[in-house]
Amino acid sequence: MSALALTLLRLGLLALLWFFVLLVASALRRDLIAPPETPLAAGLPGADRARSTSRQRRTRANARVLVVRQGSLAGTKLPLGTSPVTIGRSPDCTLSITDDYASGQHARLRPSEGRWIVEDLGSTNGTWIDRTRITGPTVLEVGAPLRIGQTVLELRK
Amino acid sequence: MTTQAALPAKAEVRASRRVPGARRNTELILLILAWLVGAYAYANVGLGTEGRLPENLALVIGLVGVLFIGAHVCVRIWAPIADPLLLPVAALLNFLGLSMIHRIDVAEKLRALRNEGPLPSGDMPAQLIWTTLALVLFAGVLVTVRDHRRLQRYTYTAMVAGVVLLLLPMLPVIGSTVNGATLWVQLGPLSFQPSELAKILLTIFFAGYLVVKRDSLALVRRKFLGLGIPRARDLGPILVAWLIALGILAVQKDLGTALMFFGLFVSMLYLATQRKTWLIIGSVMFLFAAVLGYLAFGHVRLRVQVWLDTWSYANDQGYQIAQSLFGLANGGIMGTGLGQGYPQFVPFAKTDFIAAALGEELGLVGFMAILLLYGVIIERALRTAIICRDPFGKLLAAGLGTVLALQVFVVIGGVTRLIPLTGLTTPWLSYGGSALVANWIMLALLLRISDRARRTNLEQSPQVVIKP
Repeated sequence: MSALALTLLRLGLLALLWFFVLLVASALRRDLIAPPETPLAAGLPGADRARSTSRQRRTRANARVLVVRQGSLAGTKLPLGTSPVTIGRSPDCTLSITDDYASGQHARLRPSEGRWIVEDLGSTNGTWIDRTRITGPTVLEVGAPLRIGQTVLELRK
Repeated sequence: MTTQAALPAKAEVRASRRVPGARRNTELILLILAWLVGAYAYANVGLGTEGRLPENLALVIGLVGVLFIGAHVCVRIWAPIADPLLLPVAALLNFLGLSMIHRIDVAEKLRALRNEGPLPSGDMPAQLIWTTLALVLFAGVLVTVRDHRRLQRYTYTAMVAGVVLLLLPMLPVIGSTVNGATLWVQLGPLSFQPSELAKILLTIFFAGYLVVKRDSLALVRRKFLGLGIPRARDLGPILVAWLIALGILAVQKDLGTALMFFGLFVSMLYLATQRKTWLIIGSVMFLFAAVLGYLAFGHVRLRVQVWLDTWSYANDQGYQIAQSLFGLANGGIMGTGLGQGYPQFVPFAKTDFIAAALGEELGLVGFMAILLLYGVIIERALRTAIICRDPFGKLLAAGLGTVLALQVFVVIGGVTRLIPLTGLTTPWLSYGGSALVANWIMLALLLRISDRARRTNLEQSPQVVIKP
């Protein structure tokens, strides 16, 4: 092998190695640029979500935050976007609450035509809006107290 | 050979289109590129040393290609929405390691020819067999561990198994001491380093244990200088971990393993409790142990003296590190090119000092690329920990990332004389079966957690439909 060929071979390997690193970096970039409107996606693989949102053009519901007013997580704010939110004791829930009177998967909030609909997911102690236990999908108004176990939540704009 | 192997993967591509955001195709493209880089490096070794392509070129790159595609297909089937970057990056490191081991094999063969001595058999074929075995176990872990939360049930089993593995080399008959460190178990012709597997088991134990105990460990009795002081009885676990690390240092004379286990425990304690106090307590205990080790153990003292004053020892105890530094200097910015340097001058160039060999022949430019690849794997592990919903998976992913980070830091820091030299393997690159197997198992666990974590998150956005 001539010295020139070996030099070209050497530089070629370095170029190929760095090409790989740059491709990996560009794949990483998709995770770093979080789409602005993803709600609970801070730190989640949000790029995927953004793509699917733009495909379906969902309208944003009126309320933008879910606030915990009473209970062990009092003061917690969960920014809302266009995806449903599950509430319960299980760590799989979007909002995982420490409340002995809540079920694993207790209730679900989903946006619909600019409003948030709350549904009970078959919980033991029920989901209550103020003093009434809900029996089916119910519109949750902004500011209305949503009771789950000993936790009280409300929507805010 | 590889094009044939790629065919079943093509069929899989169509099947998994249903999961947007899984990015399995990104993984496939990166994996093929990783294979190309490795194959190029392998061919380059032959051209650079002997002026012709290695005679077993087609066999080696074909086999590696089949293995990579096989691993990819396994991920598609059993962890379809796992992180797409982990596998290709680890695969590239593995293949680069194979090429570099082959390069040193060739150097040893040429030296034997010159001296008319017996020809050494070479370590690359053994490493290739270990790679095959490691990838089979990688697939095995993906198949058997369908949900990482199951592992939490084996918290204490993992502890017992991990401690037993750590103690195995000290047993008579099967234990063996190589180069001053009692780290090996010898069973007939087979030898393995149980501490490599112990690191996975102990990470599982730490994660399971800390998930349960973190609430009490995060308790703060009073504040001092803005830092919460934990209660005295909560100091128990960290004290036990410290004593065990000190025990490894004293009995097995292995600085690297001791450092890795203690560092891992302290980092995971911090991750679980979010109390910086633990980091400070851990650092103080580490410093205390370091001073104690320096005063009490001759081998620790020697390592530190060689580190501080390499050139006075350049012909005896510091020969290895001095040769490593010469090699890195010889490589310079762009490297000598594969086959053009003298990495074989460094003792243990295939194991502990493979980073120095790569640094010499690929130069600073190549060395930095390799460090970045490690950075990517560690970043992906921590990212997996962030998106993971269950606390056990979070701690396990972060712990596995931390083990890798500590290991890379300790070994590359040692080779480049940033810190005193300690013997640890360089993940995926070094020659050594136990380490390779352990690292691929760790990667399988990370992919499993990542698959679970991303599944939960994708399921909650309504537009994405995930096949059960």
